[in-house]
Amino acid sequence: MKVFLGDLVLIQGSIMKKDGRSRINCIFENFVTFLRKCTFRVLSVGPIPEHIAYIMDGNRRYAKKQNLIEGTGHRVGFLALMSMLKYCYEMGVRYVTIYAFSIDNFKRRPEEVQSLMDLMQEKIEGLMEEESIVNRYGVRVHFLGNLKLLSEPVRLAAERAMVATANNSKAVLSICVAYNSTNEIVHAVEKACEEKWEEISLLNASGSGYGLIGLECIEKDEGENLIKLIDIEKHMYVSVAPDPDILIRTSGETRLSNFLLWQSAYCYLYSTPVLWPEIGFRHLLWAILNFQRNHFYLEKKRKQL
Amino acid sequence: MICLLTLPPVPLELKSPLSFRTRAQQQQHSHPFSQTLRSHTVPHKTLTGGGTATTTVTNVALSEHNDLNAAEEDEPLPAELNEELMPNHVAVIMDGNGRWAKQRGLPTSAGHQAGSRSLRELVEICCKWGIRVLTVFAFSYDNWIRPKVEVDFLMNLFEREIKSQMQKFVSEGIRISVIGDSSKLPQSLQKLISDAEEKTKDNSRFQLIVAASYSGKYDIVQACKSLACKVKDGVIQLEDISESLVEQELETNCTEYPYPDLLIRTSGELRVSNFLLWQLAYTEFFFVKELWPDFGKAEFVEALISFQQRQRRYGARLS
Repeated sequence: MKVFLGDLVLIQGSIMKKDGRSRINCIFENFVTFLRKCTFRVLSVGPIPEHIAYIMDGNRRYAKKQNLIEGTGHRVGFLALMSMLKYCYEMGVRYVTIYAFSIDNFKRRPEEVQSLMDLMQEKIEGLMEEESIVNRYGVRVHFLGNLKLLSEPVRLAAERAMVATANNSKAVLSICVAYNSTNEIVHAVEKACEEKWEEISLLNASGSGYGLIGLECIEKDEGENLIKLIDIEKHMYVSVAPDPDILIRTSGETRLSNFLLWQSAYCYLYSTPVLWPEIGFRHLLWAILNFQRNHFYLEKKRKQL
Repeated sequence: MICLLTLPPVPLELKSPLSFRTRAQQQQHSHPFSQTLRSHTVPHKTLTGGGTATTTVTNVALSEHNDLNAAEEDEPLPAELNEELMPNHVAVIMDGNGRWAKQRGLPTSAGHQAGSRSLRELVEICCKWGIRVLTVFAFSYDNWIRPKVEVDFLMNLFEREIKSQMQKFVSEGIRISVIGDSSKLPQSLQKLISDAEEKTKDNSRFQLIVAASYSGKYDIVQACKSLACKVKDGVIQLEDISESLVEQELETNCTEYPYPDLLIRTSGELRVSNFLLWQLAYTEFFFVKELWPDFGKAEFVEALISFQQRQRRYGARLS
C-alpha cells in the first residue's frame, strides 16, 4: 500500500513538475507572441507587403555545419518554414510563395531526390491535420508547377491538400514544386496559343473569322492582336497570387535560380547570408524594414514625375 | 532610372560568324577564345583598320592575339581576378545619374554626361579583359513617362554618340545591337541604329547590346507572338513550343551569349526593374551602392571578384 501510494505521490510529483515546466513554457511563449504582435503593430504604420516569396536555400549546408546526417537539414528547414509562415500570417501578409523543389533539382542524386519527395509527402499530409497551421490561419494551399513530373503518391497528396483547403480564404500559400519559371512561361505561351487557336477556329466555323486561319501571318497588326501580355499572364501557374512585393533568398546567394522571373520584374530582392533553417523573426523584421524604407523612396520618386 | 549610352574606343577587329547558342551550350562554353589565344606566342603585327572579309582565320587570330597582348599591356587583368573565370556576358543597369546630379546641384543632363564616361570606361575594360558581351539598360519602356525634356535630351545624346563613335566601331571590331521597342524612338534615331547595326554586324570581338525602350515582359510577349504566328502558319506545331524555341525568338538572339553571367545594378536599388527577365534565370546579381557615374574600374573589379567566388550549381549539386 505504502509503495503504491508512494508511487502515486512520485507520479503526481513528476506530473506537477512537468505541468509546472510546460506552464512556464506556455507563459513564456505567450509573452514572446505578445511582443511579436506589438512589433507587428509598430511595423504596420508603414506598408506591409501583401505577398512575400521565399527561396529556401541552405538546408544541406546547415546539416553539414551542424554535423547532422544528410536529410536532417531539410527537416529542420521545414520547422523554420512553419515559423516563418506563422510570422507572415500574424503580420497580415496574405500571400506566401515558396520555392520548394525546382525542375533543375531533379538533376541531383536519386537518393536525395527520393528523400525530398518522401519528406514532401509526409509534410503535405501533415498540413491537412486539424491543428496544422493552414487550418489555424485559414490558409488555402496551392501546389504550382509541372505536377506531372512528380511521382504519383506526392502528386495525389498535393491534389488532396488543394481540395481540402479550397474553402480557406484568409490567406494563400503557394508551394512551387517541379517548378521552373521558364517552364511556366512556355506552358503559359502554349496555353495562350491554344486558346487563341480555338477562338479563331470558332470564329471561322461561325463564318465571321474571314478565313484568318488560311492567311499567313505577315502583317504586323495580325501579330499584334494575336497574343497579348494579359493572355500569357492569366495562364501562369502563379496567377493565383499577385506579383510578390519581396523575394527573400537565404544562404547568401544573389540569384533567382529560375524562380518567378516574370513576376519579380519589379519586386524587392532581399538576400540574407543566414541559412534557411536558421532564419528567424529578426531576419523577416529586417527584410520588412528595408522594404518599407525602399517603398517610401519609390513613392517619393513617383510623385516627382 | 534613366541611363545613358556612349560608345567607346576599342582594339582590333576579328571577323568570324556568330552562331546562336542555347542556354545549355552557353553553360558548357568555357571561354575558349582568350584561353587559346593567350597560349600562343607570336611576333607583333597590326591590321589596318577596316580589315576585309577575305582575311583568313589564322591571320585574323594572329592579329587579334597581338592586339590582345597590346591591350593587356595597357590594362592588364588585376592579380585578384582569375582569367579562366571571367564572365562571357555582363549586364548592367546603369542607375543613379539623376541622383548623382542632384547631389551636386547640377541638372540631370550633367548626370547623364557623367554616366556616359562611366560607360565608356566600362566598355573599354570589358574589351580588354576578354568579356564578350556587355548589355546595358539604357532606357526602359517604363521610362517614357519621364519628363519630355529629359527624354528628348537622352534621344539626342544617343544620336550624337552613335554618330561620333561610328567610325571607331567599324575599325575597332565592336558590334552594336539595340534591343527594345524601337518603334517609339525618333525616326532619325531608328535609321541611325539600323545603319550602325548593319555596318557592324560582322564584328565579333566584342558586342555591345543597348537595351533602349526595352521591357523584359515585352521581349517575352513578342517572342510568344512570333511563335503564335508560326503555329498559325503551320511552320511549327503547338506541341513543339519549348524553352529553346522561346529562347530563339527573344531579342537577345542577336548574340552568341544571350544569358548574362553577371548582372550589376548601381545606386543601391535591389530589383531587376523589368530588364532581361527570361535571360536572368541563372545570372549572378551584384548590387552596388555607388551611383552609376561613380562606378569605375575598382567597383567593377569588386563585382568580378564576387562573381568568381560564387558556386553556380544550376539547381544540381557540385559534389
